[in-house]
Amino acid sequence: MERNKLSDLLQTDKKNLLNIYSTAGYPAIDDTSNIILNAMNSGVDMMEIGIPFSDPLADGPVIQQSSQKALNNGMTLELLFEQLNEIKNKVNIPLLLMGYYNSILNYGTEEFCKKCQMVGISGLIIPDLPLEVFQSEYEDVFKKYQLHNILLITPQTTDDRVKKIDNASTAFIYAVSSASTTGTKTGISDSTAFLEKLSQMHLKHPVLTGFNINNRDAYLQACKYTRGAIIGSAFIKAISNNVKLADGINIFLSSIIQASK
Amino acid sequence: MNFKISESGYYGEFGGSYIPELLLPNIEELKSAFKRIVESTSFQRDFSKLLKEYVGRPTPLYYARRLSAHYNTNIYLKREDLCHTGAHKINNTIGQILLAQEMNKKRIIAETGAGQHGVATATVCALMGLKCIVYMGEVDMERQAPNVKRMQMLGAEVRAVHSGTKTLKDATNEAIRDWINHPEETYYLIGSVVGPHPYPHIVSIFQSVIGDEIKKQLQQSPDYILACVGGGSNAIGAFYPFLDDETVKLIGVEAAGLGLQSGKTAATLTLGSTGVLHGSKSKLIQTEDGQVVEPYSISAGLDYPGVGPVHAFLDQCGRVEYKNATDEEALIAAGLLTRLEGIIPALESAHAFAALEKINPLADENIVVNLSGRGDKDMETYQQKLKF
Repeated sequence: MERNKLSDLLQTDKKNLLNIYSTAGYPAIDDTSNIILNAMNSGVDMMEIGIPFSDPLADGPVIQQSSQKALNNGMTLELLFEQLNEIKNKVNIPLLLMGYYNSILNYGTEEFCKKCQMVGISGLIIPDLPLEVFQSEYEDVFKKYQLHNILLITPQTTDDRVKKIDNASTAFIYAVSSASTTGTKTGISDSTAFLEKLSQMHLKHPVLTGFNINNRDAYLQACKYTRGAIIGSAFIKAISNNVKLADGINIFLSSIIQASK
Repeated sequence: MNFKISESGYYGEFGGSYIPELLLPNIEELKSAFKRIVESTSFQRDFSKLLKEYVGRPTPLYYARRLSAHYNTNIYLKREDLCHTGAHKINNTIGQILLAQEMNKKRIIAETGAGQHGVATATVCALMGLKCIVYMGEVDMERQAPNVKRMQMLGAEVRAVHSGTKTLKDATNEAIRDWINHPEETYYLIGSVVGPHPYPHIVSIFQSVIGDEIKKQLQQSPDYILACVGGGSNAIGAFYPFLDDETVKLIGVEAAGLGLQSGKTAATLTLGSTGVLHGSKSKLIQTEDGQVVEPYSISAGLDYPGVGPVHAFLDQCGRVEYKNATDEEALIAAGLLTRLEGIIPALESAHAFAALEKINPLADENIVVNLSGRGDKDMETYQQKLKF
């Protein structure tokens, strides 16, 4: 059986991990494969592909609009699986799917997990699936299909709960930089106390920081305290600017990565 | 059968709290505050006093003589339309504003579709001197302009929602996003038996004053209770105290819009499948891909793509029978009630009256129809559709 790429990546001693989020089917319905391959070639360490949903509660305006546009383009979960399947053998970085619980419930959870494994997905981020429901209903099926469940913590999460989430995690913990929807604030300078605290908690799993990481400074700031960073809204903006897709990706990513890697 | 909510917040398989981790502390805080105050005598005293002196409760249970003769049975109207602000919505906002005060929250947010819940929220915020922000879809703001003005006069800030389909479901998304962005100082005052646990339970308890009064006023169990269902707060309020009394036939009426097969409908329980929206698992009108479908009804208060989880459960176990009425049936029923009884119902409530055509009561049976709101806000629609 194939190994889980995310487990492998986290076992290396690589630091400053860069995880880029992109909404499936955006800007055009068949762009996702190119975005993944381009980003991979530009040095991104992993990618998180968003399943477009009509009612994305945890997302700010940028990702909401990308989601709506993708749906208008005719994007579906089934089509995403087909697209991922086609590039499966070319992708050598871990891919995560981010989606709202309704998309998965509607698809059928076991069927969904099975498909994820088939197309090479390493883990899932489902912001509205609470830990307790995951543990009582889905832990076994995730394990069966070798999928990591990536859980979120925020500055408001109590230390006890952070530890509980650490124990329930199998890959990394997603630290939300501040109490906000995605990309709603600019930068993470208010979050350093929270991230510093996490770095001193001796957690079993590495932490990646996401939400409001909009440029290289914010990325480096996140990497100072945690294993890496997740960039979503700023990337979506960069590929929305009517530039040639490959140029948009390359210009943005080189502004983040530069010579640091 | 147990119809009450479980400790973990479920009605059978429906309900729960499907929220981002960001909101978990808020939900926990809300749960414990509700538990604490609902049993306290000071809360009960304040709640009852405001319902009596401010809202005007108990609302009458009126024997509708001419409507009864028309259907050859006995029909009683529970006059929620006579509540302050013109609908049952204020029962819940009074309860929740006391809860918000107990939790020391200074900033109140709410969603609204037709504007009735928005007005009821703006009203209690004015009463308590609290800041009020109401999210309303851009499309609904145009359709329900008079209610926007009422909210503004009451001092609320009405924020237009431009995302998604620009109606109630998007206003709810925006309110939840606001809550995520301002988790500490904000109280989210939800308007129906929807949203994450414990909201459906909280709203059911505050609205159950309707059913409690029916019980006292009729002095016997009715044979039927009829109520319209969008999210389902007035219906559960009327049904709640009668759930264990199986001699009472409970009938919820959803909006069929232009017809069940038309694609322009809000009959969630008839057409929906299991899904998660706005933090709870319930029935949902959705596409094959799991995208939420924008519902349609002539009545802005019933066009919600989901339904309260308690109704999904009561439907599944058969305790409540859910029927539906089209726009046209509702309009006819509104006209009939107006001419026979001199009462203009809200378009939402008119759907409950339309179901009188769909049951066959005996001459000596007693029917209670929950007249959840008055029709002033719908005059423009009535005038256009009934052509007078």
